Amino acid sequence: MRTRVFLLLLIAVAIVVFFATRWVNNDYVFFAGYTVLQFVVLSTAWNILGGYTGYVNFGSAAFFALGAYATVFLHKLYPLPIPLLIVVGGAVSGIVGLGMGYLTLRLRGAFFAIATLALAVVLQTLIVNWDYVGGSRGAYIIRPNEIALIGPYIQYLFLVMLALVVIALTVARGIERSRLGYGFATIRDDELAAEASGVPTLRLKLIATTLSGALMGMAGAPFPYYIGYLQPSSAFGLEYAVNSIAMPMIGGTTSWVGPLIGAILLGSLQQIATVTISSAVNLLIVGLLLVAFVIIAPNGIVGLVQGWIRRTK
Amino acid sequence: MELSFDLLINAVIAGILLGGFYTAVTLGVSISFGILDIVNIAHPAFIILGSYIAYIVNTRLGIDPIAVSILMLPVFYLLGAGVYQVYYESFERRGQESLRGLSFFFGLLFVTEVMLILVFGVDYRYVEAPYIGPSWRLGVMDFPLRMLVPCIAALTLFAALELYLSYTFIGRAIKAVAQDQLALRLMGASPVRIKRIAFGISIATASVAGALLIIIQPVEPSVGREYIGRVFAICVLGGLGSLPGTVIGAMLLGILESFTATFYGPSWAPAVAFGVLLLTLAFRPAGLLGR
Repeated sequence: MRTRVFLLLLIAVAIVVFFATRWVNNDYVFFAGYTVLQFVVLSTAWNILGGYTGYVNFGSAAFFALGAYATVFLHKLYPLPIPLLIVVGGAVSGIVGLGMGYLTLRLRGAFFAIATLALAVVLQTLIVNWDYVGGSRGAYIIRPNEIALIGPYIQYLFLVMLALVVIALTVARGIERSRLGYGFATIRDDELAAEASGVPTLRLKLIATTLSGALMGMAGAPFPYYIGYLQPSSAFGLEYAVNSIAMPMIGGTTSWVGPLIGAILLGSLQQIATVTISSAVNLLIVGLLLVAFVIIAPNGIVGLVQGWIRRTK
Repeated sequence: MELSFDLLINAVIAGILLGGFYTAVTLGVSISFGILDIVNIAHPAFIILGSYIAYIVNTRLGIDPIAVSILMLPVFYLLGAGVYQVYYESFERRGQESLRGLSFFFGLLFVTEVMLILVFGVDYRYVEAPYIGPSWRLGVMDFPLRMLVPCIAALTLFAALELYLSYTFIGRAIKAVAQDQLALRLMGASPVRIKRIAFGISIATASVAGALLIIIQPVEPSVGREYIGRVFAICVLGGLGSLPGTVIGAMLLGILESFTATFYGPSWAPAVAFGVLLLTLAFRPAGLLGR
């Protein structure tokens, strides 16, 4: 399937999802749906680096929060339309990803992972100390109630996130089937051999880090409008870091389908668990599922299904 | 002028004492990450676990937290050996340690933290001991015992580990694991067994480090996260696999953080470790005493 056909199909599916959700006509579905879609974007973004090249990013929350705080910063200057804010948020996170990658990706993979882990702590320190964007008190963003053509603002946000999902999935699938994707795969399988065969590994890794970081920042940019009141602890929440790793790992890391399945399953499960049990318990479930899956089913749900099909044939 | 001199010398002392404590926190990672090449990012979670055990026993039975942590050493050792066995069977043997092994430890870190939150809540917990509170004064120099005792305990731990690694058969085998596993096998030692022992020891140090942590500051489950950056920064700065390097790295970071806290404010201190980590990786990835 050509990328263009895939994109058209995705857009068709997105339109169906949007009107189906509208038909349900319940604000809660939009609120919950937004969060699930946000996780689809985050886990797809994580997978571009983690799944395709094998480099683990523990700082998803940092990239996400950067996008969100870029919005807060700009909102204080002048209220811009959300699509523009998404571009800015993506650019900021992409540049930070590039810089981090440049400093650490020339070394062993573990250093990059550790640096991303520390990045979240440092950026949070920075934001907490920066009064302009609210500091530790947090920042209020008053969102309009309605927007032209679409109606309630939450539906608009939902639509924006749906568009981001379409972009993220198209990018991920496009990478998989391009020279870039094969280059990434050589890095994941044997970086030394790839380097020796003339694959420009550092450049490819930097492309992956930048793309992945930018998509995370884009997912974060509309977040202040969604939540209305942005605190450092909510923007840098550990649930983003753990979910964006757990979802691809549980879904399967080798193709774009894995993060999508993982995010929809885990995301919906968490929406239900948060309402019915408690948010701490649902994070515990995610953590335990992550540990269980990496030990028992290293290729995730996609791997399990593939194995099952192979066996029944 | 005299006042600022006082401030300076006390900042250095506070930094050295803090660095001593950081040594205890980092020694375990120095063994697991530096020697065994296992990127155990869950180490801070084990430290917090140690803090909570010290807290429970201290408040229930009134036993000194450091004594508790020494009593708990075998338990932590077994815990570590168990974790290594799972890690080896699931990831190392299959050659999947980079992506899935890391995710495994991240999951462990996360699960431990959330479980502690579910059991104890997010309130700060602290211990009681006679040396928390008073402080020794030598002229203008101030030695709070709350920091001095952990520093001495940490340096003792370092000396014991360094002697063990240098003078016993198993200790030397642990060092050899990092260098040449095949040669080790030819000498009649099983690398997996040696690594299991070493990882057990590395987790055992978390018991002591946890007790020292809760002596120094009140602890809540997510405090561990602040130590991830520090621990690895120290490890890399000192040079991977070098325990003396770890002490030097810990002291340097302690002094840097103490200066930052004194002259810029304590809320900036967490950023120092990250700066040190990035600068070291950019300019001297082998660290100060790297092999």
